[in-house]
Amino acid sequence: MSVAVAVHAHAPGAHRTSTGLNSRKMLFWAFLGSECMFFGSLIATYLVYRGRDQVGPHPHEILNIPFTSVSAFVLLMSSLTMVLALAAVQRGDRRGSGIWLAATALLGMTFVGGQFYEFTHFVHEGLTLQTNLFGSTFYVLTGFHGTHVTVGVIWLWSLFAMAVRGKLPQSRALDVEIAGLYWHFVDVVWIAIFTLVYLIQ
Amino acid sequence: MASTIATAAAVHAVPRSESGLWSWITTVDHKRIGALYGVTAFILFLVGGIEALVIRLQLAQPGNHFISPDVYNQMFTMHGTTMVFLAVMPLSASFFNFLVPLMIGARDVAFPRLNAFSYWVFLFGAIFLHVSFLHGGAPNVGWFGYANLTAKGFSPGSGVDFWAIGLQILGIASLAAAFNFIVTIINMRAPGMGFMRMPPFVWMTLVTSFLIILAFPVITVALVFLLFDRFTGTNFFVPAAGADPLLWQHLFWLFGHPEVYILILPAMGIISEVLPAFSRKPLFGYPVVVYSGIFIGFMGWGVWSHHMFAVGLGPLADSFFALTTMLIAIPTGVKIFNWLATIWGGKLRFTTAMHFALGFIALFTMGGLSGFMHASPPADLQQTDTYFVVAHIHYVLFGGALMGIFAGIYYWFPKMTGRLMNERLGKLHFWLMVTAMNVTFFPMHFVGLLGMPRRVYTYAPHMGFDWMNLTSTVGAFGIAVGLLVFMWNWWTSRRHGEPAGNDPWGGASLEWALPSPPPPWNFATIPVVRSIDPLWHRESRAAALAANEPSGPIHMPPSSHWPIVSALGATLLMSGMIFGWAIGIPGLVVTLAGIYAWAFEPCT
Amino acid sequence: MVARRPTRTVMRLVAALAPAALLAAALAGCAPNDFPQSTFNPRSEFAGMIQSLNLQLIFWVVLIFIVVQTLLIVAIVKFRARPDSPEPKPVHGNTALEIAWTIAPAIILAFVAVPTVLTIFKTQAKPVRTDLVVKVIGHQWWWEFQYPDLGVVTANEMHVPVGRTIVVDIETADVIHSFWFPAMGGKRDAIPGRPNRIWFTPDTVGVFPGQCAEFCGLSHANMRMKLMVETPAAFAAWVELQRRPPAGGGAAPDSTAAVSAAMALAPAPAPPAGSPAARGREIFGQSACIGCHTVAGLSAGVLGPDLTHFASRTTFAGSLFENTPDNVARWLTDPPGRKPGALMPNLGLTPEQVNALVAYLESLK
Repeated sequence: MSVAVAVHAHAPGAHRTSTGLNSRKMLFWAFLGSECMFFGSLIATYLVYRGRDQVGPHPHEILNIPFTSVSAFVLLMSSLTMVLALAAVQRGDRRGSGIWLAATALLGMTFVGGQFYEFTHFVHEGLTLQTNLFGSTFYVLTGFHGTHVTVGVIWLWSLFAMAVRGKLPQSRALDVEIAGLYWHFVDVVWIAIFTLVYLIQ
Repeated sequence: MASTIATAAAVHAVPRSESGLWSWITTVDHKRIGALYGVTAFILFLVGGIEALVIRLQLAQPGNHFISPDVYNQMFTMHGTTMVFLAVMPLSASFFNFLVPLMIGARDVAFPRLNAFSYWVFLFGAIFLHVSFLHGGAPNVGWFGYANLTAKGFSPGSGVDFWAIGLQILGIASLAAAFNFIVTIINMRAPGMGFMRMPPFVWMTLVTSFLIILAFPVITVALVFLLFDRFTGTNFFVPAAGADPLLWQHLFWLFGHPEVYILILPAMGIISEVLPAFSRKPLFGYPVVVYSGIFIGFMGWGVWSHHMFAVGLGPLADSFFALTTMLIAIPTGVKIFNWLATIWGGKLRFTTAMHFALGFIALFTMGGLSGFMHASPPADLQQTDTYFVVAHIHYVLFGGALMGIFAGIYYWFPKMTGRLMNERLGKLHFWLMVTAMNVTFFPMHFVGLLGMPRRVYTYAPHMGFDWMNLTSTVGAFGIAVGLLVFMWNWWTSRRHGEPAGNDPWGGASLEWALPSPPPPWNFATIPVVRSIDPLWHRESRAAALAANEPSGPIHMPPSSHWPIVSALGATLLMSGMIFGWAIGIPGLVVTLAGIYAWAFEPCT
Repeated sequence: MVARRPTRTVMRLVAALAPAALLAAALAGCAPNDFPQSTFNPRSEFAGMIQSLNLQLIFWVVLIFIVVQTLLIVAIVKFRARPDSPEPKPVHGNTALEIAWTIAPAIILAFVAVPTVLTIFKTQAKPVRTDLVVKVIGHQWWWEFQYPDLGVVTANEMHVPVGRTIVVDIETADVIHSFWFPAMGGKRDAIPGRPNRIWFTPDTVGVFPGQCAEFCGLSHANMRMKLMVETPAAFAAWVELQRRPPAGGGAAPDSTAAVSAAMALAPAPAPPAGSPAARGREIFGQSACIGCHTVAGLSAGVLGPDLTHFASRTTFAGSLFENTPDNVARWLTDPPGRKPGALMPNLGLTPEQVNALVAYLESLK
């Protein structure tokens, strides 16, 4: 009996795993656990420093809740389109995949655009990174969140490009599922930020 | 028929070069990455050790002028940073890499390229941190970098920037490795290896990995704040703006205390493998050892403020953190008693590895007991920031973590190289090191209780500190001699040591079923595990040994150079913060190219 | 593989621990005078409470140490592999035993936890009475002591009366420091924006050294201080002296100089014209000195130590040097060279100027 040692990447996950769970997905869950601590520390810092500013502008003077509610709604809707995109990929619906991936990415871009507008507006109002503790904690917290959304948007457009070229068959639904996990996570983080930073002042 | 392995190797050799520099640069083999981690970390350990010798020379007598205070501050900062992040952690990572797949019956880790990436990021991060010596001076604010001494106004040089950015780079390496080991351990176990059949070392790796992925983001955030403060003038640690410098301490120790367990738990895992092997008895109370390891990891999150008793958090907070800290003494004590019960009634063979494992129990107990003393806040108010704490951490990290690591080196060296280390030299190394270690660190208990603060570059005469400091300095050089013996032993044994065979010690876990060193694919057939110590029972032993009998095609991941490219890019990108756009922009381009090529590298 | 003879193993173990044992024995026989900064030399109720708790801890720690190390040594000796030793029984555990050694440490913990918590609350309670408030301000790298109720400001040497409860308010001017006189009790950090408070009642007259315990930068090691515990009469005399205008004082050279509390005091006669001290005072008043230092009636700088009664102190510069004319002269010639990182620059004084300044400073009784 002879044995062939083929040099293959064992596409992780293609193999049997001890738990039956896909390895890449598990890696991603672990990553999201780590991200929880990351955003948890950022949010905790914001809360600890709330109300310690020596100079304004203060949150209540500057935060525009109606505007941000709309962009939060936009981001929430993008989670819905993300679910639809995954469903389309899993069905093998190439057209639906493209449409819903693009919709998700566009909604994400709308949110980032809204944040960009919000930041420029605040700077105009006299709130910069250096102005006070509110400025430092607010921009760094929401900025990191915005960066996460931006990374997600790039990821979604890459998937979109694959989808329209027919390179996102049902067998690669996992790729979309993982992107979806990330996207929903970023969404949930925003709900926490929106509640703690904007609504409860 | 009989030459199946040889055939396998031949088939294998065609697409993959097995030697030469390039094969090491592109390797994704967990055993080779483990070796890279081990050698790199040991060299950095020597660097940290030389820094320690410089520190000890300066303190050999009062009012000494061997080095300037600034150089001294750089030395103790880099000694601490190096030993924690560049020596003990990666030495543990070396064992994770080499052993975990062998112990759980896997051919590699779950993400071999990510594993290579971790190593390269670690290497580049370590180099980056040391570039600071040539670029305006190394960090000099302590490995704990308390705000607001780290503010630009008080630390204008780039040392703090190197430190903060260097730790961020190293954090990427630790996180990537930890994700990898979590998935590997949970998902790649051989059939039959339930969680409660995993070797204790694998368990401790799992707990450590979870601690890493949850603790590192916290220091990442703290370092982000610091970097923002220093580079963009934000107010995170600026008291004048209303900021509280204690925020740094809370974030740092919320990371820092789990980090302590990240350093010690792997060594506890090693001890739990070595003691049973040389007692010819299974680990006493395996479930309890596992659960207490998990409990220690869990409780590590609720004790951070015991580093801050002198801060004045109030009696309620002090009492709370005192009680949680004392609570950790229970699982730690339980582990020690379980180890004692493991050797009790055994048939003890005093190999070098066993010497180090027993030394671990003796010395770690002392470190634990001094730790127990400053778990009590009023006592800690006299002890914190004195040499008493320096004695404590060295009994825990030198007497604990390093003794465990040396036990592991002597125990698994035959598996890694196929040769035995010289036992005579090994024991000489052990006795030299243990004696010198006590000569160095035991007086520090007293010099601390007698009022010598830590992190002082000099001290006054007539304080009664003189001869104890001199004793410590002499001891430190004794440790260095012990290490020279070890290095000589290592160097000669890897070429001329006695051939080890598959199982020189009569070990119980799966790696001893394999040839030494194991073939690139580890297990020709994935074994079926039938008990917690598969090689110690006739039936399960047969099942384990069947792992060497090939039964079908073996799929191995191809080597790749994208991990090193991505790692280099990421490091350059982050160095751009200090060296400017000319380095940062190419770094960004290389990173993106590396990740893109990696993602689309043919996998099948 | 290679079974060592147990006696040799034990001998080596003893040899390894021998220096430790010798050291412990040596320390036990030493007088407190040999270790002026010892934490085992309590001279206040605060330090006393810590001491008694610490002794309990040491008792338990030594007991556990002996038990564990004895078990370890017995096991090593008793269970070494002999040619005739039987194969060990594969014992996997013993629930009763394991419960026992989980509960045993828990009980010891209770014995330690209760006095710990009691001591925490006792030492951090509101002071029973307040006889004297001292405000301590940490600077890189020296200590400032203000007595707000007495109108006294001094540096590096803290004077307190024996048997009186001293409330110490701890602040910092720059980075985190830690205020620590081991004989008086535990340390407490000086944190920007977070005033801290401790209190203690010294019970012995004497001089006790202390120093900054939190790493605070380049000259952290040189941030020392002294506690002068005096009889109430001696303390009163000291206060009286400190409140008096300085011997070498006099009208401010410039009436627009900032007004400080210290300046409200009536100026004293200037040193006799033509003396080196008068020359020194002139140099002091005309040079950068006044930018950082206060001498009541002459200048109002606050960056460096108040020098109004400089000559009444036994040490200077973070309590690093004996206050002798030679040392002061050497200091003035090159402060950062004498104490690394000292914020006082080298003013490039001529030897003649230095001597005059020394004469002036040493006249500031």
